[in-house]
Amino acid sequence: MISAEQIREHVLHARPDAGLELISNLCPSCQDSLLVAAEDAVEVARLLRDDPELRLDYCSNVTGVDWPERPVRTPPGSAPAGQRMRAEVAARPGCFEVVYHLFSMSLKHGPVVLRMRTENRSDRVRLPSLTPIWHSAEFQEREVFDLYGIRFDGHPDLRRLLMWEEFEGHPMRKDYLPPAEDDVREPFAAARNRMVQ
Amino acid sequence: MSRESQISIGDVVQRTAQFEEELHGERMTINIGPSHPATHGVLRLKVELDGEVVTRCEPVVGYLHRGDEKIAENMTYNQFIPYTDRLDYIGPIHNNVTFSLAAEKLASLEVPPRCQAIRVICCELARLQSHLLGLGVYGMDTGAMTVFMYTFTEREKIYSLMEMLTGARFTTSYTRIGGVARDVPEGWLGKVLAFLDGLEPVVEEIDQMLTRNRIFCDRTIGCGVISREDAISYGLTGPNLRASGVALDLRRDRPYSGYERYEFDVPIGSRGDCYDRWLVRMEEVRQSISIIRQAVEKMPEGLWYNDEARKIYVPPKSKVLTSMEELIQNFMLVTEGPQLPEGEVYFEAENPKGLLGFYIVSKGGGVPYRLKIRSPSFCNLSILPKLLKGVMVADIPVILGSLDFVLGECDR
Repeated sequence: MISAEQIREHVLHARPDAGLELISNLCPSCQDSLLVAAEDAVEVARLLRDDPELRLDYCSNVTGVDWPERPVRTPPGSAPAGQRMRAEVAARPGCFEVVYHLFSMSLKHGPVVLRMRTENRSDRVRLPSLTPIWHSAEFQEREVFDLYGIRFDGHPDLRRLLMWEEFEGHPMRKDYLPPAEDDVREPFAAARNRMVQ
Repeated sequence: MSRESQISIGDVVQRTAQFEEELHGERMTINIGPSHPATHGVLRLKVELDGEVVTRCEPVVGYLHRGDEKIAENMTYNQFIPYTDRLDYIGPIHNNVTFSLAAEKLASLEVPPRCQAIRVICCELARLQSHLLGLGVYGMDTGAMTVFMYTFTEREKIYSLMEMLTGARFTTSYTRIGGVARDVPEGWLGKVLAFLDGLEPVVEEIDQMLTRNRIFCDRTIGCGVISREDAISYGLTGPNLRASGVALDLRRDRPYSGYERYEFDVPIGSRGDCYDRWLVRMEEVRQSISIIRQAVEKMPEGLWYNDEARKIYVPPKSKVLTSMEELIQNFMLVTEGPQLPEGEVYFEAENPKGLLGFYIVSKGGGVPYRLKIRSPSFCNLSILPKLLKGVMVADIPVILGSLDFVLGECDR
């Protein structure tokens, strides 16, 4: 069983300039994860798959997580009272996270948790697609796009998957609000009109 | 008076070529499903045909999307267990077990040996339920009606066992985080053994009816071949992966719930065609029967829940009604939910259809911050565009039947 720290060093040995950060997990029986910079993600993923010591040839799970903006909390007592108030107001920018769980079929180890983050939650939500590396990510990345609105560059067929095409918004976002009841009386009206034409 | 006109060879060749081009030029797009007996649920396939050969296939899913993951963010862990029944509703009790195991891994909680053995019996009964239906409808898709009648009769008996154990036939909701809801009822294990005694001759009978049946073999051998590399790359799991020759079975490779204590074989296929998928499921039925026998035989005494997990498992009713501390504990657990620590966990178990995974991000407390369900049917379906390209229309039901998916789990 290789730890995330060892994998990080292994990858950095091959590619010293890759942006790779270790994210610790509070759960003692689970793995730490690796946060990879978006611009290096495809390279690092290819390395993880093809490296003879890692051989992470199986991408089991792809999922999104929404982290809305939140106030940065300073530990009590570390700053004077007046400044602490100001620190609480300064919000940490939110982001979307995509998490990949990788396994190796040939070497039988895993999961290795790989994650990427978008720059914010509004306009800079592009991330590279890892479907060219693992085919199994195709449907799952489509689902993440559908439910979270993260756009994957290089995905062969980025369309809605679970929701219908006319659906507005991305329902798994934490701030998603369903439309008022008057508007959903005929949710498929647009689709039906299109078919009639 | 007759007139002769001269036709040169060049003209004929040109016109033939033009004619053939026109013939090939027109492709037909047909729609299979979402409500079609061969799709076993509400799967829709957009299929482009050249004559009878499929040139392009696009699966359209989502007709059964209920937003289970969003629902999970608004309720406690135990409240979500009934929703897991509705994932793979062919063998619901296995989903309960997998979800509980995932949450217990987050809490680093072990359950007593008796609870583990009960869960193993439940899991294997669910596998029997799922495979019996899978084999039956697969037979029906290839034109063999009789097998379905046999397997469905046996499945019905499992429902009766489930009813004795959980009080419900389909929607079992039997496990809790940290244990199971109640101990097995008096005499239930004997009934399970009696059922297995009756099932074994039926399995042999099904085997004799189809496994060497010439029509069935002609229909399935060499049909829908999935190579080993494709199976791994597209993320197939379960019997479909093993039929392609990859020996991955989490019960053996990453044992959970005490599976390391039982002896069983992991059958794998050699070609990865529809016939291999049939053989693998047939053998898994036999292995499940053997595992249940071992589990019943070795059934340990003891509690069916972890009684040290005071912030996770609800105390027994007799104590709640007599002691103050347990009453408070019960009240807190019902209102706030089981208190799991902060962190994130990804846990997969070998469900009948493949690997069912739960990814839970917890901020502490009784409600998950994010819960993702990695469902085997969803991942198994992603190979369809590649697999169905170039097959005959008449083979589509056979291939779909051999993949054995369930849309409740695919769409979530």
